[in-house]
Amino acid sequence: MTTSRKRFAAPQRLLHWLMAICILSMLFIGVGMVSTITSKYLTLVQIHKPLGIAILVLALIRLTLRLIYKAPPLPPDLPEPIKLGAELSQYVLYALMISMPLIGWGMLSAASYPVVLFGGVHLPSILPLSPTLHTWLWRAHHYLAFAFFATILMHVAAILFHKLIRNDGIFETMAPLLTRNQRNE
Amino acid sequence: MVQSPASPNSFRLGPALIIAAVVGIAAVAFAYTAGWLSPQRLTPKKLVAALAPPGGPALGHRRNHAKGICFTGTFEANGDGSALSRAPVFAQGQYPVLGRFNLGTPDPNAPDATVRVRGLGISIKTPDGQEWRSAMINAPIFPVSTPQGFYELLTASGSKDPDAMKKFIDAHPEFITFLGWAKGGPWTGSYAEERYNSLDSFLFVDGSGATHPIRWSLIPAAQPVSVPPDELAKRGPDFLEQEITQRVAAGPQRWSLVVTEANPGDPTADPNKAWPADRRTVEVGTLTVQQIEPERDGPCLNINFDPTVLPSGITTSDDPFPAARSAAYSRSYNSRTAEASHYPGTETGAR
Repeated sequence: MTTSRKRFAAPQRLLHWLMAICILSMLFIGVGMVSTITSKYLTLVQIHKPLGIAILVLALIRLTLRLIYKAPPLPPDLPEPIKLGAELSQYVLYALMISMPLIGWGMLSAASYPVVLFGGVHLPSILPLSPTLHTWLWRAHHYLAFAFFATILMHVAAILFHKLIRNDGIFETMAPLLTRNQRNE
Repeated sequence: MVQSPASPNSFRLGPALIIAAVVGIAAVAFAYTAGWLSPQRLTPKKLVAALAPPGGPALGHRRNHAKGICFTGTFEANGDGSALSRAPVFAQGQYPVLGRFNLGTPDPNAPDATVRVRGLGISIKTPDGQEWRSAMINAPIFPVSTPQGFYELLTASGSKDPDAMKKFIDAHPEFITFLGWAKGGPWTGSYAEERYNSLDSFLFVDGSGATHPIRWSLIPAAQPVSVPPDELAKRGPDFLEQEITQRVAAGPQRWSLVVTEANPGDPTADPNKAWPADRRTVEVGTLTVQQIEPERDGPCLNINFDPTVLPSGITTSDDPFPAARSAAYSRSYNSRTAEASHYPGTETGAR
């Protein structure tokens, strides 16, 4: 699933950075909203739902782009364990980006809450009312959120490792802009 | 071209520190947002835990208003609410209702005559898929002015310190107004004879986008008959549920939904403060309770009557309670549905 291209295609890079902002905001909003009873609670919940659906839509577009444009190859001298980690982390991140909004949507459906996006716009229920389903989905949403944040921290640590320690060009495959140094080369 | 990678053996402290700092700061920010670094923050967890009786919560049940009975019926809007709110539920027509009569206690087995506060939860759905949920009580005002005050009330009433309530009242003198109703207000022998009040203020948004601060009440068609509580105690622990079941079986019970609009300056942020009696009211429709069903197998069992589930055309106001209630109800719902096997006699509970 690689291409000879040295960088991800421009729409892929745009989506990556846009979604990075969305997903980090989403995780902070999620963990913040369940820890407060102030009016911030409602504001955060009202952002959480439409933002989650936006992330789902963007993730599906991104997956399509990935299948079309593929990914630039990893440096050939990258040690096997790091290569494995890099590839595995992408599967994990895609799985979380797509499953978390669906789990949230399903969780609200299984509790028979209306899934209001904004104003009178709401999504249909995707599951029947069920305490058992709700409990499974609610727990999954909770624990996967922490797993998601931990994965992102590892992702950030890894890319900084590639940039600052190995400087092997992997950061540049997704960098929004190239540094002057690289443009000149 | 990329630069050739540095030798993996030459460990450089600077970059490693930068990586550790970035990850560390992000993790601390996350922990702060989650409240882990702020033990003083009033979280839904704390608020819900404070509701529990000394022996712990009744597993599988709502953490408050734990005793209740389901009903179904209709809301028939007369169209007069449309001038105040563009919510479809106020357009003339008849809409299905799911609800629950309940008692303001965390004990699902509390004898009916021992519980002062009676409540009504309701969900009204309109054909466009929107929903309006509300949970009202028969008290004319809320016991305290703020969610923090409510937490302190729960803490004080559960405290072993004999002076705890006195200290609480000193800090929250508004509680005395509530006590006036709790001690001196009439008791009735039926859920059908109670008036149920939103207490919280909301905003109605009309067709032009203008907002109207309002509260609402369900006013019973049945004539309330005052019965002293010691008389009610003789009627058995579940007389309210038995009475409403027989009463509705004999004929549907009705309430009119009356909306009260605030004057400028009326206290919308404090449900402990009643608005003056001369405020403009609009009767917007009629609730008809047509069928009673035991909660155990009833349609209201797994419904959270979250007062912030609102159609477009109704929003929350500067009243801090709906947000606090929503946060706490959600926590209660997540806990009790995960404990469904503890709920007596349900399909899942039987296992």
